[in-house]
Amino acid sequence: MNFKGKDIISIKDFSKKEINYIIEYATKMVPYAKGEKYKDILKGKVLSSLFFEPSTRTRLSFESAMNRLGGKVIGFSDPSGTSQKKGESLADTIRMADSYSDMIVIRHPQEGAARLAAEFANAPVLNAGDGAGSHPTQCLLDLFTISTEKKRIGKNNIVLLGDLKYGRTVHSLAYALALYGANLTFVSPASLKMPKEVINECIDLGVEPNQTSYLDKAVKDADVLYATRIQRERFPDAEEYNRVVGSYIINNELLKNAKKDLIIMHPLPRVTEIDPEIDSTTHALYFKQAFNGVPIRMALLSLVTGGIL
Amino acid sequence: MKKELKIPLIKNGSVIDHITPGNAVKVLRILRISGSSSSVVSVAMNVRSKLGKKDIVKVENRELDPHEVDKIALIAPKATINIIREYKVAEKHKVKLPDEIIGIVKCSNPTCISNAQREPVKSRFKVINKDPTEIICYYCEREPDDIAERII
Repeated sequence: MNFKGKDIISIKDFSKKEINYIIEYATKMVPYAKGEKYKDILKGKVLSSLFFEPSTRTRLSFESAMNRLGGKVIGFSDPSGTSQKKGESLADTIRMADSYSDMIVIRHPQEGAARLAAEFANAPVLNAGDGAGSHPTQCLLDLFTISTEKKRIGKNNIVLLGDLKYGRTVHSLAYALALYGANLTFVSPASLKMPKEVINECIDLGVEPNQTSYLDKAVKDADVLYATRIQRERFPDAEEYNRVVGSYIINNELLKNAKKDLIIMHPLPRVTEIDPEIDSTTHALYFKQAFNGVPIRMALLSLVTGGIL
Repeated sequence: MKKELKIPLIKNGSVIDHITPGNAVKVLRILRISGSSSSVVSVAMNVRSKLGKKDIVKVENRELDPHEVDKIALIAPKATINIIREYKVAEKHKVKLPDEIIGIVKCSNPTCISNAQREPVKSRFKVINKDPTEIICYYCEREPDDIAERII
């Protein structure tokens, strides 16, 4: 399978076969991501890291991935010091970055920005989140985490919890999980339900998701509980926000009837949705999930430049 | 009762027939036929026909390229184009939506990059279903809420 020169813009650009290939390759990258092994397959390569919006995990894990494989990173994590503030178009910024580097990673507040960047760059473009749009590398690392922990992705009972209306990770993830035929349950407050288009996409892929606002019942049979943050600004008043957030706290009490091997994932940052008492349990997978961002991004960076482990 | 033609026959030119009623003006906009065009253009709206109401557009002395006219399938999927030569229908073509629509429909997502003023790109949509018409933005992957209202 040849990924050389391919842009990574949306999970929908990939077939199941291609996703499986990336996951297998990322598995081989794990000892290199941990620093237990070293091979400079990206030596001499330069990555432009263009973050027009704040990021911790995505930006650092891309930088770590590049460094672990011997490559270098240039770029910015705050656009205030760049020509964008002088009114430069994104297209021109991309043309410039393209001439300085071999790959471009972009996070931007506007949907479609990464797709536009790919049009103006010869180098492969990797989307690190475009507004409320896609975040394919997060989706791939989530699939990698489920596949590693559960030995398969399909046939698991997977609960997606929280802000399913505006959360960018859950839309791509729901699509990808449906592609694998997972049993999906969406748990959210009524005002933050999964958009109809996403549900229709799942149905088109042969998966009819269950929808509920009751977390306790959904958790009972779950193999994977994927929680997301509910943002205060989505609610008209603080009282309503507190009521909703209070009803979706994952703690030991909630998990007393859960499966022993239930794994809890979260794209982070978390606020109150997962009680820290869960961190020390075998259910807590979110920190390992964050680490998995490194091997998956190492795999992608090396695949798109044709580097072979 | 004597039948009367709502718009006169044309000697040479193009007739776009079976346009969804009320959409004739938008069809002109899609085809970039404006007031500054030198051709004589006749528009009939809400004309009664066997299949209910329809709009008709006639453009004199200009043969429209059928592929160009295909774009109007976005808002008038049943439209036909007739090329007229010496008062006779020389060619007949039923509109067929192309696989991609470029620079015709504006994305309804205000934060889509295709709506950013300073970016040198045209709006672009992929046609995912032709009947009923379903299109998604090439950039932000969203469906426009009302295609007819979004014609540029």
